[in-house]
Amino acid sequence: MASAETSAASLVDPFTPQIYRVGRVQRELSDTVTLALAPLSGARPAFDPGQFNMLYAFGVGEVAISMSGDRAVPDVFVHTVRDVGAVSGAIARLEAGATLGLRGPFGTGWPVAAAQGADVVIVAGGLGLAPLRPAIYEVLANRSRYGRVVILFGSRSPHDLLYRRELEQWRQRLDIDIAVTVDHADADWRGNVGVVPALIPRAPFDPHEAVALVCGPEVMMRFTIAALCDAGVRPDRIFLSMERNMKCAIGLCGHCQFGPAFVCKDGPVMRYDRIAGIFAAREI
Amino acid sequence: MEGIEQILRRHQFFADAGEEHLRLVAGCARNHRFDAGEYLCREGEPANEFFLIRHGKVALEMAAPGQSPITFATIGPGEIVGASWLIPPYRWNFDARAMELTRAIGIDAACLRGKCEADHDLGYEMMKRFLPVLVNRLHATRLQILDVYGKR
Amino acid sequence: MIARTDLQALIDALADADYEVLGPTVRDGAIVYDGIARISELPAGWTDRQEAGRYRLERRDDAALFGFSVGPHSWKRFLHPPVETLWTARQGKDGIEVETPSEPTPKFAFIGVRACEVHAIAVQDRVFLEGPYIDRSYRLRRQDAFIVAVNCGQAGATCFCVSMQTGPKVESGFDLALTELLDAGRHEFLVEIGSDRGAELLAKTPHRPATDAELAAAEAVVARTAGQMGRRLETDGLKELLQGNLNHPRWDQVAERCLSCGNCTMVCPTCFCTTVEDHSDLAGESAARVRTWDSCFTLDFSYIHGGSVRKSARSRYRQWMTHKLASWIDQFGTSGCVGCGRCITWCPVGIDITEEAAALRAAPRAAKRETHGGN
Repeated sequence: MASAETSAASLVDPFTPQIYRVGRVQRELSDTVTLALAPLSGARPAFDPGQFNMLYAFGVGEVAISMSGDRAVPDVFVHTVRDVGAVSGAIARLEAGATLGLRGPFGTGWPVAAAQGADVVIVAGGLGLAPLRPAIYEVLANRSRYGRVVILFGSRSPHDLLYRRELEQWRQRLDIDIAVTVDHADADWRGNVGVVPALIPRAPFDPHEAVALVCGPEVMMRFTIAALCDAGVRPDRIFLSMERNMKCAIGLCGHCQFGPAFVCKDGPVMRYDRIAGIFAAREI
Repeated sequence: MEGIEQILRRHQFFADAGEEHLRLVAGCARNHRFDAGEYLCREGEPANEFFLIRHGKVALEMAAPGQSPITFATIGPGEIVGASWLIPPYRWNFDARAMELTRAIGIDAACLRGKCEADHDLGYEMMKRFLPVLVNRLHATRLQILDVYGKR
Repeated sequence: MIARTDLQALIDALADADYEVLGPTVRDGAIVYDGIARISELPAGWTDRQEAGRYRLERRDDAALFGFSVGPHSWKRFLHPPVETLWTARQGKDGIEVETPSEPTPKFAFIGVRACEVHAIAVQDRVFLEGPYIDRSYRLRRQDAFIVAVNCGQAGATCFCVSMQTGPKVESGFDLALTELLDAGRHEFLVEIGSDRGAELLAKTPHRPATDAELAAAEAVVARTAGQMGRRLETDGLKELLQGNLNHPRWDQVAERCLSCGNCTMVCPTCFCTTVEDHSDLAGESAARVRTWDSCFTLDFSYIHGGSVRKSARSRYRQWMTHKLASWIDQFGTSGCVGCGRCITWCPVGIDITEEAAALRAAPRAAKRETHGGN
C-alpha cells in the first residue's frame, strides 16, 4: 500500500509521464550508471525506500527502476540503471541536461520504520543493492533506534561491486557490520569468495530479533531466504523485492501478476511468509 | 593454553559431539598457526590433515600457468578445510593459502582414519558431519557457476 | 409493456439524446455488436448454435429479435477499447513535452445486454474503478453508458450463468431490462425500469402497464432459460482447488491441446489485460504511447531479464484459468467468470473451462507444494 506520504503523487495523473531533467550522471560499473533526476516543474514527490518509478526514454519505452537515493535529500530522484535492453540502455546513455519521462512513485516500500528495535540484516545480490540503498540510508540516519545492523553483499566479481566506495565508507563506521563476497575472484581480490547465503551463518546478528531485507536475482533470494530461515529468522520478518514484467505499474494491465499479487501495487516489497507458496512454485 | 579437546568442543564442526568421540579425535589433533601468505596445503600433495579454522581467513585456489592463482572460495572461522583425506588416493585437490594470520586445529588423517575403522560409530559420526559441509559447498559452487548476477 | 415496433421509438429517443446506440447485428456469419439505428438491423429470426469450438447461425421459425445467446463480441470492446492512444509527446526546445488527447468521450447506449454481460461490466468496474488507481478513460465511457438489458429467452450449449449466479435474469446494474414475449398472438417486451434515467427514456416511448399474466409469462421465460443451461461449473471450494493444485497432471493434458492462441482472452468479457506500445517517427521528433489489448497467453507477456517467467503453454493456461476462477477472488472479491461460455465456444480446439475444473476436482492431489529442491 502506498503510504500517506505518497498520496500527493496519486493526485498527479498516473498514466502520463512527468518530465524530469538529468542532472548528475555517475558511472558505477561498465554497464551501470546512476542518474539524478529533477522535475522540470513542481516538487519531487516524497517516496518510501523500496518504491520505484517508471522511467520513459523518448520514443523507446518505459522501464521500472527502483529509487536508490536518500529520501531525505529533496529535489531529485536518484536511479541506478543497468543497460540490459533497449529501454534501459537508452536511459543509461542519457547525458546531463537531457529530459526523460517519469511516472511514480509506485509500489510498497521496505518496512524501515517497523523494523525499529530489531536487528536489521540487509542482504543484497548484484544490482539488488540499489533498491536497498534508500533503506540503508534511513537506518543509518536513525541508527540508535536499531539493534545490530548487518549488510551482506554479493556480486559477480570485484569489478561488479556496486557503490564500492560507499561500502568502504560504511565499513569504516563502528556501528555496522559489512561482509562482501564475490562469485568469481580476480588476482587482486582479498575478500570473501563464495555465495551470499554462505555469509549468513557467520553474520553477527540475533536471528530471533532480526528483520531481514533481501534483494537480488530470484535464485539468490531463494537460497538466501532458505539460509535465513535455517538460521532462525522468522518468515514473517523476511522481506524481499520481487520483480515481474511491468507495463502500467498501477494494477490495471495485468502483466506483473505473481499469483494473486500485483507486483506493482502489492509489491515490489513483499513479506516472505505471505508468498512462500508461490515463491517456491515454478513459472508463476 | 587451552586443551585441544576444549577447543574442539567449542568449534562449530564438532557441535554436540559426544565426549568419547571428542577425546578420540583430540588424540589426532594439534594446533597450527599460519601467517598471512602461508599455505595450509598444496594441490597434489598427500592430504595428511584436515583443518578446523578457529580464526582468520583461508583462500582455496587453483593455479593455472600464465596467471595468478584464482580463488574460488574463502573459508572462515568455524569452517573446515579439506575433505580429500576421506577419499583415496588422499591427495589435495587445491591450494589453501592463509589470507591473514590464521589459527587452525589440524587433525591427522591417517590417525583419524585408523580410529574410524576401529570404531564405526566414530566413523559414522565423522561422515555425518562432513557430508553436510560437502553438500553445501557443492550447492554454493553450483550457484557460483550459474552466474546469477550476469546478464542473460 | 412495449410493442415490438415501439422498440424503434426507444432507439430513436436514445439517438436524439446523443447516445451512440449499439446493439446486436448479423455480420460475417456471427451476431456482433455494432452501431444500430433501426430495429430491422437486429438479428430478427436468427439464433446461434454453440458448442465447444463451434459457432453457427441458424434461422429460427419465429421472428424473435433476441433469440440467441452471446457472440464473439462483448461490451468491453466499447468500454475498454482494443486500441487507445494514451498520450503523444514531442521533443520541444527545452525537453520532452507530453500531451493527453482531449477527444470527447462518446455516450454509449447498449441494447441487448444479457445478465452475464451486466455482471461482466460490474466485474470490470471493480478492476478499473475500485483500485488504488482509476482508469480514467474507462470511467468516462462507463459513467454515461445507458444499459438496455435483455433477459435471455434461451440458453446456449456453452452457457453456465446459473452456476456463476450471474443470470439468466438481470437483477441490477441496468437502466431498462426487456423480456421478449413472443407467441402466435403477440410480439411484445416486458420492460423493467432500473434507474431514473431508464424511467425518463421509457417516458418518451409508447408503453402501457403490464398485466399479471404478462409478468408471469416473463418469469416463465426466465425460468425456462435457467433450466436449459448447457454447462455447469461447481464453484464450491473452486478457489482452493485451483490454488492448491498448481502441479496437477491435468495442466499438462490441457497444455497438449492449447494453442496459446488467446481467443479465450479476446472474447472473454472480463479479461482486461493490456500492453503498451511506444511509437515514434523516424526523425525521433514525435512519439506516442498506445495501449492495446493483450493476452496472458502470449509468450512475452511475462518477459523479464531476457526470458519469460511463463515459458510453457502449461503455465500460461494455468495462469489464465487460476486467475479467472481463483486469484480474481483474492484481487477483486468476486470470481472473474460470468458463465457466458464464450471461451468454450471460441476455443479452436474446444477446451472447456467447466470440464477442466471438473477434471481437477475429480482427482485432486493433496496440496503438495512443489519446492525447488534436490541436490
